[in-house]
Parts: sequence; C-alpha cells; structure tokens
Amino acid sequence: MSIDSPSTAKSIVDFKISSMNVPTLMLSSTDLAEVGLALQQKLAQAPSLFKYSSLLIDLKSLQKQSTNIDIAELIALLQRLHFLPIGLYGGSETQNAIALKLGVPCPALHAVTQVSAKPRPDMVDSETEAVAETEPLTIVENRVITAPVRSGQRIYVRGDLTILAAVNPGAEVMAEGNIHVYAPLRGRALAGVRGNIHSCIFCSNLQAELVSIAGTYQLSEALKPHSTAKLVQIYLQGQSLLIKEL
Amino acid sequence: MARIIVVTSGKGGVGKTTTSAAVAMGLAKRGFKTAVIDFDVGLRNLDLILGCERRVVYDFVNVINQEATLNQALIRDKRCSDLYILPASQTRDKDALTQEGVATVLEELSREFKYIICDSPAGIERGAHLAMYFADDAFIVTNPEVSSVRDSDRMLGILSSKSRRAEIGEEPIHEFLLLSRYSPERVKSGEMLSVNDVQEILSVPLLGVIPESKSVLNASNSGNPVILDEQSDAGQAYQDIVARYLGENRPQRFIEVEKKGLFGKLFRGK
Repeated sequence: MSIDSPSTAKSIVDFKISSMNVPTLMLSSTDLAEVGLALQQKLAQAPSLFKYSSLLIDLKSLQKQSTNIDIAELIALLQRLHFLPIGLYGGSETQNAIALKLGVPCPALHAVTQVSAKPRPDMVDSETEAVAETEPLTIVENRVITAPVRSGQRIYVRGDLTILAAVNPGAEVMAEGNIHVYAPLRGRALAGVRGNIHSCIFCSNLQAELVSIAGTYQLSEALKPHSTAKLVQIYLQGQSLLIKEL
Repeated sequence: MARIIVVTSGKGGVGKTTTSAAVAMGLAKRGFKTAVIDFDVGLRNLDLILGCERRVVYDFVNVINQEATLNQALIRDKRCSDLYILPASQTRDKDALTQEGVATVLEELSREFKYIICDSPAGIERGAHLAMYFADDAFIVTNPEVSSVRDSDRMLGILSSKSRRAEIGEEPIHEFLLLSRYSPERVKSGEMLSVNDVQEILSVPLLGVIPESKSVLNASNSGNPVILDEQSDAGQAYQDIVARYLGENRPQRFIEVEKKGLFGKLFRGK
C-alpha cells in the first residue's frame, strides 16, 4: 500500500493527457453526394495531405438540418476517401449512438473545444473560419483552498489558485496562472508553471521557502528582507523576480 | 460502537506511547471500557510503559494471522479492570499488519469497548498509516521544536487525505494537539517554541500541554502510567487532557512560568 502521493511503484501503464491538432470537417450540406464531390475536389488539390488523416466531424454548422444526415453513410464515405474519423460533435443522441457503434466517439462539447480544431490556413475558406471563432473558449480551472496546506501536500491547478489558510513549510502550491495566499505563505509557491511569464504571486505574509514564476525562482534567503506581514505582489520583469509592497 | 483514537506524531520520541498509556488509563479509570493497541510491530514498548511485559503471550500479529483469538491476546490491567492491552509483536515487522486484519480486530473490539486507542509508531509508513486509517479522533503529540512541528504537520496532512474517513468522504477525523515536554522557562528564554508558535503553524485545537517532568521517566521505568502519579505535574496534565477530551471545561495549565512560593513547594510535586 502506498502511503503518500508521489508513488514510488512504477506502473506498467500510465495515462497522460495530450493534445494535438486535428482537422475538423465542417459541413454545410446534408446531401452526401454533394459532400463527397466537394471532398474529392479538395483532395485533388493536395492528395497526400489528408490520406489517413484523423478527422473530427462537426455538425453544428448545419444547425437544425443536422439530424437529417445519415451518420453511418457519412463515416463510410469519409473512410472510402481515406479519412480516419475520430470524433463527432454537434450530433443528436441517435447520431451519437450510431457513431459510437462505428468506433467514432462523441466527446462532450467542452472537452472537444480544448483541442485546437482549426484547419490549416490554406484549407480554410471564409465561412468555416467564422464558425470556428464563435466556439466557446476553453474553461480554465480555478480553485479556492480554505484548509491549511500542510507539509508534504501538493496542490496543482490549471488556472488561478487562491488560498485562504496557511501554506506550511514543506508544502508546495502550483498554478499555471496566478497564486493568491491570504495567510502566511511558509512553503513553496510556483506560479505560471507552464511558462506564463505574466503570472503573479500575491500574498499577505511572505515567509516562503521558495517562490517561482514561470521557472524563475528565489529562495527564502533572498526573500528575507521582504519577509513581512504586508501584502506583496511578486512578478517577473525580464529575467528577475520583483517583490512589490501593495 | 467504540470511538477509535489514534495517538500519532510523525516524529519519534515525542511521547506517543507515554500519552497512549496515560490516556487509556485515564479513560478506563473513569469507568469506560478501554483497549489500547501497540501498532509498533518490531519495537514493542507499550507493554513496558504499562508494566505488563511479563504477561505477553500472544500479540496483535498472532490475532491478525488467526493464530490466537482476540481474548487470548488481550491483557487485562491489574490496576484497572476496564483497561485492556493488545501488545505488538517483537519478532515481526510492520509488513505483518494488513488492512483487512486491522479492520477485523478493530471491528471485534468495537463491539465490546467504549474507547480503542491506537498507539502509532513513528514515521509515515505502513504501521503509522494503519494505526490512523480507521481513527475517529487523532491526538497529535508534538514537542515544542521545529522538526517535531513539521512532522506533525505532515501527519495532519495524511490524516486529512489518506484515512478511511477521508477516502469515503465521511466527516473528517477530529484532530487534537498535545504539546509535550513543554518547559515555560525555556520558552521564556527563547530556546523553545511557545504554544502560540506551534498552534499558529498547526492550527489544531489544543487539548493540553504536558510539562517536561522527571515523573515521566520514573513512571516509564516503573511501568506505571504517569497519570496514576497524581502528585506530579505531568500526571495532572494528562488528567486534564482526559477531562477535556470528555467535554469538561478545564483551563489550560503549565503554559506560564510558575512562581514557586512556600505553598507551591509544599503541595506541588515535581
């Protein structure tokens, strides 16, 4: 039994979240013969580009007509043209069920929008681009912590992290965005861990072991002159961390 | 249903076993049927502190392996008929403990006892993990120095994330701070962390302060839990702790430097 989070046992399989760019097929006709012809014309321009290419199918631009389309037919058509459909969105429940049966998953809308689904610029026509821009933005995960962060605990958030209790020595708090600590910060705080140099750390009582923004860090010794019970902002300017009383 | 209390700290030598023995005796003396389990498999100490080392036949690991029944392994205290001890095995190590085995023993004890006290080994490995896993309440024993405080902080983090209550999303374990080996004189001269310093970091309610006292060593060596030494400051501190745990309102003592007048010299044991 493992006692704590940093697991020492090496597992045989691991799951990681990855993202990649996948072309999305935006349809504006329900007539599959017409669609097939249009696709063949596109392919003629760059025959090798789309051969065995993964493809997302987006029915949203068809709006109410989208239910008229025969998903099984569409998938068969795409496969004949050597596309490999890997996802469908904007479909009805029946359409999703058919797609799933054919091995094409139908991810929830917010999961899909995280994948950048913009086609290559040279393939874009003005109409599809307009649709792509109206898609909702990715929702960033922010978090508020109200209990003390204790020695040995680690917290990681994709967005901003706000902590209303103490961060104790030996604890580590990390955020891809900003970090706010409205209690003594005695552990480590790392903001902008994915490289966002505009991230900041705000804290009301700086006694940290280490602070870092986008990989630029300072240890407690350098922070000592600033160790006060005053509200400070820590930010990156060029290559150096600056600490400003607010 | 019994209330399961874990006495834990992370760090070694801070007074977990002394506290387990004292609190168990204190609860039993008040008429609650109490069992105290030594989870420190391989480094059995609790039997010495409770003065029953010569009566150990079967132990905790024997019960888990079903080589003995619980009733065969439980040792009834000679001073208090409501106190029972389940000693650790001295010849095995912590891997002999299994979660299912511990669960079965605790379940069986729960039917008969009012309080079950789990004396945790030091560290955060298997023994300590299993000692706290099923707990309802946790007594965090801390010395007023930085390394002990940090280890306690780590342990508190584990209690709130790796316990059964945390895993199934029940009401979290009730945590209580016991500050042991406290010396107000040394706090005053700046050699030791104060109660406030420790509480500021741990932010856990204080159940009591146990002063540094010669009576603790004497009690350990003689196998009499220090709580039975009613004249001693440490014994009184543990009596306060048991009373506060049971909901009595007793003011905190042993925090300030005491002026010892003639009266104090006569009536306060050292």
